Amino acid sequence: MGKVFKFQQDVDTDQIIASQYLLFSTIDEMKAYTFESLDPEFASKVKPGDYVVASENFGCGSSREQAPSVLKALGVKAVIAKSFARIFYRNAINIGLPVIVCKDLHENVNPGDEMELSMQEGVVRVNGKEYECTKLPEYMQGILDQGGLIASLNKED
Amino acid sequence: MGATIIEKIIRNNVGKEVKPGEIVTVNVDRVMIHDIFIPFVASKFEEMGFKKLWDPDKVVLIYDHLVPASQVDDTRHFRVGNEFVKKYGMKNIHRSDGICHQLMTEAGYVKPGNIVFGTDSHTTTYGCVGAFSSGIGYTEMASILGTGTMWVRVPETIKVTINGTLPENVMAKDIILKLIGDLGADGATYKALEFAGDTVENMSVASRMSMSNMAIEAGAKCALFTPDEKTAEYCEMELTDKEKDLIGDSDAVYCREIVYDAKDFVPVMACPSNVDNVKPVSQLVGKEIDQVFIGSCTNGRLEDLMAAAEVLKDKKVAPFVKLIVTPASRKIYKQAMENGTMAILAKAGAIITHPSCGLCCGRTGGILTDGETVVATNNRNFLGRMGTSKVGIYLASPKTAATCAVAGKIVEPK
Repeated sequence: MGKVFKFQQDVDTDQIIASQYLLFSTIDEMKAYTFESLDPEFASKVKPGDYVVASENFGCGSSREQAPSVLKALGVKAVIAKSFARIFYRNAINIGLPVIVCKDLHENVNPGDEMELSMQEGVVRVNGKEYECTKLPEYMQGILDQGGLIASLNKED
Repeated sequence: MGATIIEKIIRNNVGKEVKPGEIVTVNVDRVMIHDIFIPFVASKFEEMGFKKLWDPDKVVLIYDHLVPASQVDDTRHFRVGNEFVKKYGMKNIHRSDGICHQLMTEAGYVKPGNIVFGTDSHTTTYGCVGAFSSGIGYTEMASILGTGTMWVRVPETIKVTINGTLPENVMAKDIILKLIGDLGADGATYKALEFAGDTVENMSVASRMSMSNMAIEAGAKCALFTPDEKTAEYCEMELTDKEKDLIGDSDAVYCREIVYDAKDFVPVMACPSNVDNVKPVSQLVGKEIDQVFIGSCTNGRLEDLMAAAEVLKDKKVAPFVKLIVTPASRKIYKQAMENGTMAILAKAGAIITHPSCGLCCGRTGGILTDGETVVATNNRNFLGRMGTSKVGIYLASPKTAATCAVAGKIVEPK
């Protein structure tokens, strides 16, 4: 079980990690500033195993891979949204952060709710209810299962 | 069955017919890495265990976001980049020649029908010459550097047809802003945009570039124009039959078709703080402004500077407004010097800066603070992009921006 951190639609990559922090040399230095403009306390409150839940078009904007990377570094178990921007979606899978499309969840959860995701079953359980989520295409699930693109490439060698 | 432009480009690359939704591995023709991400690309490349680049001539490194360095830490990016170039035998590096997306086509790195990836979301720009180009992250870039290949999902295509003559004060920027407003910030996610019609056929490559540049603001994977004589002249080449065939077939399948009549377009702005929050300038008239920015990979080209100069000739920028002009490349800077554009801008009171990303990514001179308003010709007005999160950024065409600079408030271009 993990806690829900809830965001709205069109959360852009500048809001996930602002450009001035991209100049830090490591993700660990950056992660304290995750969602700074939307929820300055996010980085101190979030615990490994928690979830980010959002509405449409999560991660729109720049190609910065630091956006999914800071979420993964903070231990976010998965981002569950109504839809994702393309580059964020690819980047997340490539670094091994699960990104799950679930159309009905957003309206039915509140910040702080305890939630559980089963990727195998393709369901989210929260507040005594189950919500179906879209499974990843096989090719992408393969990359994710192996822990991201680096692990996946190493395995091909 | 016919094919769309993106289906033809991918088909030509993989050597077999493709359908939207299919996942295929393509051979990459060129990649672009910029200064912000080179340290991460370099470390991922080595972490992956690669010993050499798949083809050093196909890799281009461009310093633009951080040029010239404004903080000591920025110099680390140049140091890491220079070491990478030396270690892996790269030749294609630009240290202060301008913005990456401008240079990729201007310096001839991208040709019609190419497949190109870059570590920047506005890599969609090269669709202006009929190339499939898209932004990726640094892990994926490192993987291409080692393998020369990349998996892609063949996208569905949205066809946008525009016919007729544009009103005098409407620029390509107004068209793409209107389209983004109509599609919404995620209206083209995972999809290709394909432009057609006599309005875009009559446009310069520079104008097409403004449009393909901003396709990502509707979530698009790429935005394609059919290569034509203008493309051939711009790319300094003759088009082969295969390149001329990069046009959507009449029986191609589109997931959506949008048709505009050019005469219906009006000058518009994207209002704070979403690019799809688009309104006619006529509804925003009177809003006082503190700064105007004319530049970026969207609108820092010669025709943009000339459009601004036409407005600013024999006029002065309002006394409380700072007008910052940043040419997109050194070549454009030189051309604007030689044809007198720079003299007009300088005389009107513009602050003219070196070619780079400049204020667009909030890195160099012109940062704003709470309560201030800027009219800007770049591609994003996200919260906090040009200073604090309480700065109002209005995106507009160079003509509209220059008109506002003189008036000191939002006004319609005359």
